[in-house]
Amino acid sequence: MYVIIVGCGRVGSGMAKQLVDEGHDVVVVDEDPSSFRLLGGGFPGHCLVGAALDWDVLRQAGIEGADAFASATDGDNTNIVCALIAWRAFEVPCAIARVYDPLRARVFAKHGLHTICPTEQARVMMMDAVHACPISTTGE
Amino acid sequence: MFVVIVGAGKVGLNVARSLTHMGHEFIVIEQRRSRYDLLRPELEERLLFGDGTEMWVLEEAGIVRCDLIVAVTGDDEDNVIIAQLAKLEYNVPKVVARVNNPRNQPTFDLLDVDATVCAATMMISMIQHELPSHQFVPLLSLKRENMEVVEIEVSEDSPSAHLEIKDIRLPDGVLVSAILRGGTALLARGSEVLLPGDQVLCLLAPGKEKELIRSFLPSRKPEDVQAQASIDTINE
Repeated sequence: MYVIIVGCGRVGSGMAKQLVDEGHDVVVVDEDPSSFRLLGGGFPGHCLVGAALDWDVLRQAGIEGADAFASATDGDNTNIVCALIAWRAFEVPCAIARVYDPLRARVFAKHGLHTICPTEQARVMMMDAVHACPISTTGE
Repeated sequence: MFVVIVGAGKVGLNVARSLTHMGHEFIVIEQRRSRYDLLRPELEERLLFGDGTEMWVLEEAGIVRCDLIVAVTGDDEDNVIIAQLAKLEYNVPKVVARVNNPRNQPTFDLLDVDATVCAATMMISMIQHELPSHQFVPLLSLKRENMEVVEIEVSEDSPSAHLEIKDIRLPDGVLVSAILRGGTALLARGSEVLLPGDQVLCLLAPGKEKELIRSFLPSRKPEDVQAQASIDTINE
């Protein structure tokens, strides 16, 4: 599988390392070259410095033949727009955006974009954890 | 009319001032605290502090009842998102967005933003308009109205030179509207004869550029290449 990852932060770099371990071809795009340090030494995938909003940068990353595209920069709007470009302009079969804001994540998901909202997932897990807490019998 | 403006930079502020003069109701959203503090005395309660790409901020500004939203922040991804939210979620009748970097124009086009304004692209057009040797200059694109305004120069060997406007073989969907000659604009009456050196303003449907160029520029000349390059720039 040929995968493009935008944003080399904790999530992006973690995905990139796991994907190359699994034997996939990976290109990581980030505006800041120093972010690639998170990949550690000897990363066998490709690193590309540039703004992924720029269609030429995406073409350079090989988007025309990509099987999957994941955008995980620290900007919700950047992630949504990049994934929309990958999906709508380059017809990448699987384009995913990490979106912290549950409201925006819901709107774009409703219109067909694959969004992952860590905030919503954290809320659900925290709520489950709270619900699972034993109720004190001595009670106030 | 009620207008929501996102971004109180130079553009947003001046749009707000113009709307004040025209007597329209508006609200401006600004997320930089220092800019907000600076402009609050002038705009008072018509300035709202917050991130205009957050839906609850847009709702607080009154997006559900606005007639027009103007997305003029300094970040293209934010302007795209504002335009998308306005359209997909709030059915705002009209959206105008600023394109900061012309390289992002394809994204605005991809997502069907009604009207975009790009200072850099406009400046390039204006410079081309000023250059004596430029044969074809796109001046204005009204995307939603499906109409473009272009300027084309009549050269000495143009097939349309020395012809009356009514005798020019124009493609369908093209209208010659004015002639710029010697620094003044003339309305393009059918009996007006085109002279070499005239610059002709044409209204046309998008996609008619190549046919129009064929009516005005001599075929198989280097100018064709230059005009073609202009078109390619637009289409990129």
